[in-house]
Amino acid sequence: MSRETVVNLILAVLLLAVPLLANAVGQPFYITLATRIAILALAATGLNLALGLGGLVSFGHAAFFGIGGYAAGILATHGFSGDPLIFGLSGTNLMPVIWLVAAVTAGLAGLAIGAISLRTSGVYFIMITLAFAQMVYYFAVSWPAYGGEDGLSILVRNQFPGVNSMRPLSFFLICYVVLLVSIGLFALIRASRFGSALQAARQNPVRVATVGIRPFRIRLTAFAISAMMTGLAGALFADLNRFVSPSMLSWHMSGELIVLIILGGTGRLFGPLAGAALYVIIEYALGGITERWQFFLGLILLGVVLFARGGLLGFVTGKARHG
Amino acid sequence: MKKLLSAATLVLAVGASSLAMAEPVKIGMITTLSGGGAGLGVDSRDGFMLAIKQSGNKDIEVITEDDGQKPELAVQIADKMIQSDQVDILTGIVWSNLLMAVAPSAVAQGKFYVSTNAAPAALAGANCNPLYFNAAYQNDNLHEAMGEYANKDYKKLFIMAPNYPAGKDSLTGFKRYFKGELAAEVYTQVGQTDYAAEIAQIRASGADGVFAFLPGGMGIAFMKQYAQSGVNLPIMGPGFSFSQDVLPAIGDAALGVKASGQWVKDLDNEANKKFVADFQQEYNRLPSLYAVQAYDAAQLILSAAAKADVKDTEAFRAELLKADIKSPRGNFKFNTNQHPIQDIYVTEVTKEGDVLTNKTVEKIFTDHGDAYAKDCKM
Amino acid sequence: MTFALALEQLLNGLQLGVMLFLMAAGLTLIFGVMGLINLAHGSLYMVGAFACATVAAWTGSFWLGLIASLACAAAAGAIVELLVIRRLYDRDHLDQVLATFALILIFSEGTRWMFGSFPLYLDIPPLLQGAVALPGGTQYPLYRLAIIAAGAVVAFALYLLISRTRLGIRIRAGESDREMIGALGVDIRTLYTVVFALGAALAGFAGAMVGALQSVQVGMGEPVLILAFVVIVIGGIGSIKGALLGALLVGVIDTMGRFLLPKVFVLFVPPSQAGMIGGALASMLIYIVMALILAVKPRGLFPPAHA
Repeated sequence: MSRETVVNLILAVLLLAVPLLANAVGQPFYITLATRIAILALAATGLNLALGLGGLVSFGHAAFFGIGGYAAGILATHGFSGDPLIFGLSGTNLMPVIWLVAAVTAGLAGLAIGAISLRTSGVYFIMITLAFAQMVYYFAVSWPAYGGEDGLSILVRNQFPGVNSMRPLSFFLICYVVLLVSIGLFALIRASRFGSALQAARQNPVRVATVGIRPFRIRLTAFAISAMMTGLAGALFADLNRFVSPSMLSWHMSGELIVLIILGGTGRLFGPLAGAALYVIIEYALGGITERWQFFLGLILLGVVLFARGGLLGFVTGKARHG
Repeated sequence: MKKLLSAATLVLAVGASSLAMAEPVKIGMITTLSGGGAGLGVDSRDGFMLAIKQSGNKDIEVITEDDGQKPELAVQIADKMIQSDQVDILTGIVWSNLLMAVAPSAVAQGKFYVSTNAAPAALAGANCNPLYFNAAYQNDNLHEAMGEYANKDYKKLFIMAPNYPAGKDSLTGFKRYFKGELAAEVYTQVGQTDYAAEIAQIRASGADGVFAFLPGGMGIAFMKQYAQSGVNLPIMGPGFSFSQDVLPAIGDAALGVKASGQWVKDLDNEANKKFVADFQQEYNRLPSLYAVQAYDAAQLILSAAAKADVKDTEAFRAELLKADIKSPRGNFKFNTNQHPIQDIYVTEVTKEGDVLTNKTVEKIFTDHGDAYAKDCKM
Repeated sequence: MTFALALEQLLNGLQLGVMLFLMAAGLTLIFGVMGLINLAHGSLYMVGAFACATVAAWTGSFWLGLIASLACAAAAGAIVELLVIRRLYDRDHLDQVLATFALILIFSEGTRWMFGSFPLYLDIPPLLQGAVALPGGTQYPLYRLAIIAAGAVVAFALYLLISRTRLGIRIRAGESDREMIGALGVDIRTLYTVVFALGAALAGFAGAMVGALQSVQVGMGEPVLILAFVVIVIGGIGSIKGALLGALLVGVIDTMGRFLLPKVFVLFVPPSQAGMIGGALASMLIYIVMALILAVKPRGLFPPAHA
């Protein structure tokens, strides 16, 4: 077993152990914190597929995160009120259905946004993805039907068959399983022919093109899958907070997702989890010490970029690999 | 973890004292102390803590945390306060969108929520809740007051608000009372900083006055630009657009503006004089509307805590409802939907020496409630 | 709609465009010469506004404040370049995005630390107060006309600087071939610091000018930053000419959209709804335009020839 695998295992076990312990000693808030870590890690794992493997620096993944969140919020609202949604279809409060809708909607948005954005590259790509996310953001702020700027409350957390999702620990376990499955999927994709082509397209697009593979299609597929994962995370995030609002779509959110990945280690399997854990812990711990926590968060992030290339995992495993 | 601003100490009142043997009350204050809107949160916190400090009540513990004006963060803090700190009461949120994220789930978990500012229509009508109190107003109130006031002198108005729910509520509230004609009804972008395009429309509109609801930095930008535009139509707006926190930044451009408020610094009552003096002494600046609202929220909690045990939800709620406080606003009682019934004034921005402030022009509403109370079934 | 109103709105669009150009010029220069994407450019804009407000409050003179804003923003830019940015030139865009994102947090919270949470007061100088008459019988604020003029002067000065001076030659050389210019014996590190400080000074100047019209507060740079990025992407990153035309395009489209779209919708739906829908669409308009332009021309309207 390589050193990174050992670290990954430890991370996975720790993320499970902390909430179990917190539950045993009656400190349910730490379960909530761990759930938040798991969900943000899931969102960042989605982005990692595009960014880490494909080299597609998307500064607009908040769009997919928010779309997933709104899918959950809107379905739950209609499920609760009984008003039909569209085409006579009703809402629902069943998580698996909501997840499916969230992922598919985000995936379709990813296809549309990707199809235009992937014509560009470099800084243009960063900025056009940001522009699309801003478009969705302003749409959500001004569209009155689902709360606009005020957002949308989910009065009762959605249900998972056979589990009491209102219990913090049960909901954490749901998120934990979804995260592990997604990380597994990420590993499968990375090892597949598709994954190799995607990484090759990042490292040497000309060569890939000469072998007869069209980088555009591969990238678009990766971008859409990436959007689906992030959208799924958005749906879970909505259920965690029992609330959705345009702030899930803001450019700060896109920035945070990128931060999570770099903090953990770009392109690494457990990078997003390591990054999310570190970020949430820093935010929580610093917030407890000083009102100026954002100042120190900035200093820490700056330190990581300048001096700890490869992120937390790169630092721990001693390999300053980048991507 | 957080600043324990007044730590709970176990005070054992020995013997039969006249002091009530109340249980310690734990209050979680979530408010905006960082980011662009921090000024409002700082005033809310300071107003609240002033009342707590003055009471000298050692059985009240207040935990304050910064929500950074982010709904997700507010929810996380609320979860922590409810689950880990086991607070009895939540309070302090400035913004409607953050309140909508926190309050419904807090009251669903059996906690009190006493709002120091945000008062969306969504929680005042059919979705009112026995554990949700609003010590400030209902969002529409100040706009309604200006609508009523505008009936006197204006025939055709240009009205304007940001394109978000509070903005729509604002213009709806205004139109509920204004009987004249509308030259235009314009929705601007949230966070917009340049109003040249709107000012040009005002100039061309043929209106005889302007009603603008533009809180915080938006209002500052609009007023400064309007003053330079050569358009001379009178401006009016709800009080928080011209509150003490933004007036210094607008400068003389705000002089003469008419606004509405349920509190004005120069209200002639004992409680108000004492409040204004104490606040200035403690913090070395003039209090704003937000400070008064939070001060009263704290007074309400203190008044109930003196007579009932916060763990006895029914009894505590009954005491809160009595609103047995001396508010700097003067008359204050709760409506059936647990939002205030109070007087509302029209004010004008003036200069006292070098300091810009609001002075009372007239009382426009007496014992004013809100339009949603009739839908509240409690 | 009268001619006077249309003219006034056009001037408004022009004025917004000029402000955006001051921001975008620095951004695009820094990207063109150093290949750096700087999210913290909005923070330098904020530094300029705070410096101007503070000095104007001390001395009572807006003009001293304006000088201070140039000096402070340039100094802040140079310090940041020396301490942080210079380590990022050979990194990928990802690291640059993260590092400058961190700088935003540091600048914003640091400024609040020093100045508190309340907006500062900054007024227009007496010389530029008031409004002047325009053809068509309407009036227009003198200060906004002054901004347009200042922007035109800066644009012309930048053109002279780049096409006629030694520094300009080096900047152009740096844009086309970074290794070459080092080999020619130009001290490239100093050149980079100077270019960064120049861009920062432009942003600070914009912040001070706009600060007098708006609210000087923490976070004021972020909306402008995003618009400035839209501008340079539309114009073609690295091109000053592209930045100028992109800025004017964005300024006019944004202003006209906010003005005209609600009027269009009024033909179909009730006024109050038209305001909301038109307003919503207007706020998305420039992003839609940007997406359309990039879909057709992926490198912007005026991509620099060499890259």
